[in-house]
Amino acid sequence: MASSDHSSDHGAGSFPADPMHQFEIKRLLDINIAGYDISFTNSALFMLIAVFLISFTTIFSVRKNSIIPSRMQSIVEMSYEFVADMVRQNVGSQGKNYFPFIFTIFMFVLFMNMLGMIPYGFTVTSHIAVTFALAMLIFIGVTVIGFVKHGLGFFGFFVPKGVPVFMLPLLVVIEVISYFTRPISLSVRLFANMMAGHTMLKVFSGFVILMGFLGGWLPLAVMVAFTGLEILIAFLQAYVFAILTCIYLNDALHMH
Amino acid sequence: MEPEAAKLIGAGIACIALAGAGIGIGTIFGNYLAGALRNPSAAQSQFPNLLLGFALAEATGLFGLVVALILLFVL
Repeated sequence: MASSDHSSDHGAGSFPADPMHQFEIKRLLDINIAGYDISFTNSALFMLIAVFLISFTTIFSVRKNSIIPSRMQSIVEMSYEFVADMVRQNVGSQGKNYFPFIFTIFMFVLFMNMLGMIPYGFTVTSHIAVTFALAMLIFIGVTVIGFVKHGLGFFGFFVPKGVPVFMLPLLVVIEVISYFTRPISLSVRLFANMMAGHTMLKVFSGFVILMGFLGGWLPLAVMVAFTGLEILIAFLQAYVFAILTCIYLNDALHMH
Repeated sequence: MEPEAAKLIGAGIACIALAGAGIGIGTIFGNYLAGALRNPSAAQSQFPNLLLGFALAEATGLFGLVVALILLFVL
């Protein structure tokens, strides 16, 4: 999102913190191959950090398994149990094959959201390009699973059961449209939550500076509370992203 | 009307979507609380559903915010 050049147009030039500046993508390493700009950006850097952290915690904490788990081991076991429960409840026993995918999605989104909560960190999920790519991956994957599982019978998914026949032409169109808006709503939900939350934090931190040493304590206290809320939201959105993936997967496997 | 003014008014109107999100979140938490007080033993098992409903309701309001931001910065 182009940002810094716009805010001054709307009279926010005197505001101490430009709320959109934090979403700026910076090129760290210019790479141009055959006219395509595939530079290594801070977005890519934070994705790599997330992947490294996930791999590091999951591989090294269970390397020396013990019956009485260490702290690191129990963190990994808890997250495993959490996602496994989610898959079991929403997809059923058939979902076991797809557990690694759901676990990866959940951990990746969670770590990217949480890395954004670190001051001066970059929130990768606050860009629609990233979340929409993830959502499209899930959408296409789930649709392919549905067609592999049910063949052409998967089109029956769009025909609601127990509806009078004359209503069907309308309802099928609605079902198809709602099916195709899934990736949009899935990606925009995550992106909007992360972006709105971080913008709000920046605006409130601007109030702290504007109100000075004497008056700034009130917005600072609100800031602390909002930071707590944002950490909750960061976790919650990763959870919602994963659980909706489970629900879509369940639709593809069991057709309602 | 100047297009710039229409943009700003449109962005303001788009934020009305947050009222709907507020109603939705209030309904979810209110009903959860009412249900939890009637049957406290079942409350804990429904807590994940509460959070899911909260996140889904909140996101609808944020769609309005995205429309406002698109009006302000993209169009």
